[in-house]
Formats: sequence, C-alpha cells, structure tokens
Amino acid sequence: MIKAIIIDDEPLARAVVKEYLASYTQITLLQECGDGFEGLKAIQQHQPDLLFLDVQMPKINGFEMLELVEHLPSVIFTTAFEEHAIRAFEVNAVDYLLKPFSKERFDKALQKWIGTSESVRNLATAQVIAVAGTSPLQSNRIVVKLNGKIKIIPVQDVYYLEAADDYVKVVTEEGAFLKNKTMSFFEQLLDMAQFARVHRSYILNVNQVTRIEPYEKENHLAILKSGAKIPVSKTGYPKLKAALGL
Amino acid sequence: MRLLPDKPINWSFIAGLLLVMSIDYLVVWKWFQMPAYMATWESLFVAWLSCATLAIRYNLKYYRPQKQKFLYVKFVAGVLTVLFCCAYAMLMNKLYPEASSYLTWLNYSLPVRMVIGWLVITNAGNRSLLWYDLQAQRELEARRKVLEDLSRDAELFKLRQQLQPHFLFNSLNSINALIALRPQEARQMVLKLSDFFRGSLKREDEKWIPLPDELQYLELYLDIEKVRFGHRLSTLVSCDDAACSSLVPPMLLQPVVENAIKYGLYDTLDPITITIRGWREQGILYIEVNNPYDASLQQQPNKGIGFGLSSIRRRLYLLFARQDLLETAAANNIFTTLIKVPQPYDKSDHH
Repeated sequence: MIKAIIIDDEPLARAVVKEYLASYTQITLLQECGDGFEGLKAIQQHQPDLLFLDVQMPKINGFEMLELVEHLPSVIFTTAFEEHAIRAFEVNAVDYLLKPFSKERFDKALQKWIGTSESVRNLATAQVIAVAGTSPLQSNRIVVKLNGKIKIIPVQDVYYLEAADDYVKVVTEEGAFLKNKTMSFFEQLLDMAQFARVHRSYILNVNQVTRIEPYEKENHLAILKSGAKIPVSKTGYPKLKAALGL
Repeated sequence: MRLLPDKPINWSFIAGLLLVMSIDYLVVWKWFQMPAYMATWESLFVAWLSCATLAIRYNLKYYRPQKQKFLYVKFVAGVLTVLFCCAYAMLMNKLYPEASSYLTWLNYSLPVRMVIGWLVITNAGNRSLLWYDLQAQRELEARRKVLEDLSRDAELFKLRQQLQPHFLFNSLNSINALIALRPQEARQMVLKLSDFFRGSLKREDEKWIPLPDELQYLELYLDIEKVRFGHRLSTLVSCDDAACSSLVPPMLLQPVVENAIKYGLYDTLDPITITIRGWREQGILYIEVNNPYDASLQQQPNKGIGFGLSSIRRRLYLLFARQDLLETAAANNIFTTLIKVPQPYDKSDHH
C-alpha cells in the first residue's frame, strides 16, 4: 500500500487530485491538508510515501515546509506558478504539475514515480535534502521548528548566525534556533547589505553591531546590542566595514 | 520660444538698460542743455524705473490672479509708476532744492514720465504673465503625459496581472474540479470569469466609472476568489446612496482589493473577511478597504505605506495633484486602506 497526502490551500484543487487518485487502488489518501502547518503534522504522523504539494500557501510556502520535514517523502508539486518549476527540480521533485493539469498528465507523473524502484526513490529523497540545503529561494524570513512548533523569523530580527556542526544556530532575541543548513546557504539567502560573513563560523546582522574592538594580533571582536561578542577574522573585517559603510 | 529668461537679470537686459541710459543721458545733456550731473540723475531714473519692471516680474512670479490678470497687471504697474516717480521727484527736491528750473521741468514732465513708465512696466508685466502662463501650461502638459504613461503602464500591469497563473490558472483549476463535482457551479464560474475579463477589456482609461459599476466588477473578482478559497474568504461590500452616485477612475480599487486578498489569505490560516465601504462627505468619495494581515510576517511594517500601494498614491497625485488622498493604517492585525476621490462635479452635495 502506498500512503499519500495532499497539501493545498484551495479545496477544489485538492478535489482534483483526489478525483484523479481514485483510480489508483494501491494508493491510499490518508489526509488532505489546507496549509503547511497541518501538512507538517500529517507527514510526521503518517510518514507518507508520496506528497502532492502546492507552493503558495498561507504563512509558510511548500518549500519552507519541506525544509522542516525530517524524513522526506517523494514530492509531486501541484502549482500554477511556472517560475517555481526550476526550484522544484532542484529539490528533485518526482514531477511538477502545472495547474490546471489533465488526468493524462497526472497519470504520467504517477507512472514515472511508481516505475522507479525504492532505492532510486530513496536516492532522490537524499538529493532533495542535499539540494534543498544549498539552494535558497531569496527570502526575507527563516522558518524554524522548535519543540514541534513552527516559528517564522523575519531576517531583521536575527542577531547572528553561528555554524554548529551540521547545523546553523540562528540567534535572536528569543533565543537560538537550530536549522539543518549550511553557512553558505544563509550567505546566499540573506541580503548582504544587512548581513556580513565576518568569520568562517559567523554571519552577523550589521544593524546589531554597537562597536568593534581589536582582539589579539590581527583579529577583531564585534560587540552586539545584546552584549554578544562575535569574533571577526582578518578576511571578515573588510566585509564588515563595507556592510557598515565605513 | 522663450518670452522671458528664467532669471530676470541677465546680460542682454543689462546691455539694453545701459543703452537706454546712455541715450537718455545724451538727450538730457545735449538737447535739453541740462548740467551733466542732472543728465546722470535722469539716466539713473531710467534704471530706477527698470527696477519697477523687476518688481512686477517678481510679484507675478509668486502671485498671479486667476481672473482679470491683465487688469491686475495694469493696476500694479500704475501703483508702481506713481510710487517710483514720486519717490524720484521727492529725492530730487531733497537733494537739489536750489535747482528750480530743473525741478519745475521735472514737475511738468511728471505725468509724461508716469505714462511712459506705466507703459514700460505694463509691457514687462504682460510679458512675464504670458511666460508664466506658458510655463504652467507646459507643466500641466508634462503632468498629463506622465498620467497617460502611468495609466498605460497600469493597463499593461493589469493585463499581465490577469494573465498571471495565480488568478487565471488557479481559477481554471477550480473549474476543472467543479466540472466533476458540481457542473452547475462550474458553469457559473466560467460565466463570472468571462464577465470579469470582458469587464477589464472594456475599461477605458480616460472614462470615469460610477462606483456601483466598479464595485460590481470587483465583486465578480471576489466571487471567483471565493469559489477558489471556499469558506476561508468572505466579503462585505457597501456604499451609501451619495457614494453610489459618485464616480471613480477605472482600476483604482482593483490593486487595493488584490492586495487585501493576498495579505489576508496568505498571512493567516483562519477564515477572513474583507470589507469594502464607500461613503461621501463634502464632495469627496471615501472608499475604505479592510483586511486582516500578520504584522509579524510583514517586513518593516512601520516603514512607509508598503503593500504595493505607492503606485495608487502616485496615480491619485497625478489625477488631483494631492498627496493626501491615500491613507493606510494598521492596528490589531487589521490593515486599512482609505482612498479619497474628489468628485469632478457635484450633483448630490448641496454644501
């Protein structure tokens, strides 16, 4: 049995997928979700094999939701936005259905997916994780998960980012949040007029800097409004000065 | 063609003045056989009068009456001439009380001086008036051109907007679903979609539209969105009798309502209500659009008006040359947009 979940904020859009799915007896539709939050909960609860996912949804979009999923199922995107297609293939989606789509087009996507073996699917999923971790959609917010709750952090609220093994620590007034991403991901995501990679392990919000002090031989320390002291490397110092307009 | 240079004092003006002063000097000195210092004073009188032409130019630069402007120029020129001539005569009486023959001659020639002075000053005034009128006309022309460009851009933007997947393709997708589920509703949706598109094609830029027509058109749009988003979207549209007899520029409200839907539906998970209310006060039509939004999701909520409304403000400015016709307010996660449309003519107001 194949477990599937539909995540789309438009009831009629879900109805189309549901209708098209009816002819597949081997696929069980476990749940229909109206937004990413519900979707995330359903994915954790049911561990589905296949996801029909819309991109534009309230609060968090489809891609942002995927970033928070631990064990990724296979994903078929259903959206009217052609411009998301490239990103969808970057995250190695099974297919990308442009609304409105026909039963034939839908069948083709499913056939393709059913035709691929479990190992290929797992490989594709691994690639989704890898690619999703390197290719950000230019955004002004960071979506994190904390104790099962989803939190949306506007980038201007971020104090600094710190590399922590396989994670990046997003430090804000409300505390630190771990995000399974790389520093270069954030370097691409964030507007570098507002942020500066001051150190191999640190990106900081330049609006938070109150002063810069010399430290050891050639290094500096940036003191933030919160009192935090961030090391600034020799190569990071000019970047920080440029971002501060000095 | 330039009737008058931007700066009243320039080289040709000074050269002309010097020429007239020299001629005057020679005439007074050689023809009237006056002493040289008197001739100098006479030529200074010419310079003095030319100061009066500068005075009228500056006056017209900062104040031009709407009606009877040529009469106004004549009047101001008259006052200036009398003032300047009398001032000159008084100065001469003070400086040379013993030069009686010159003073007598001055006294006799005063009316002639005034007439000539008046003619010269009036001429300068009229020329400035024409120049400033031309200038104003040019500005008006430029403003109209920008307005035309802008409404053309708005038209293009609107077309692109409607061709964007988020509206057309999603609507078609809903129809696709309805065909299987509720064919009757699918048909209604097709008809509404057609009406909406026909309406947007019919809209001409120049013509103002009665508010009820515009609201009806907006309701088509809202109805389609309601089918798409089901129970999540509800709307309240109302306008009082006076407002219903008002006119609005086409496509003014559409972007506001689109914004309201976008932020209302994508910022929150709950069902939302969008209210559109029209009323009229003292010849001005007020239209208020309310939508829920999430302040924490919006970047820099306090910075400017945001929400893509700056183009509407610009359009209102170009239509009415007023900056205060668009107001926005955000409180308790409700975003309010208030548009004021001064009515071109008043039928319903009797103030």
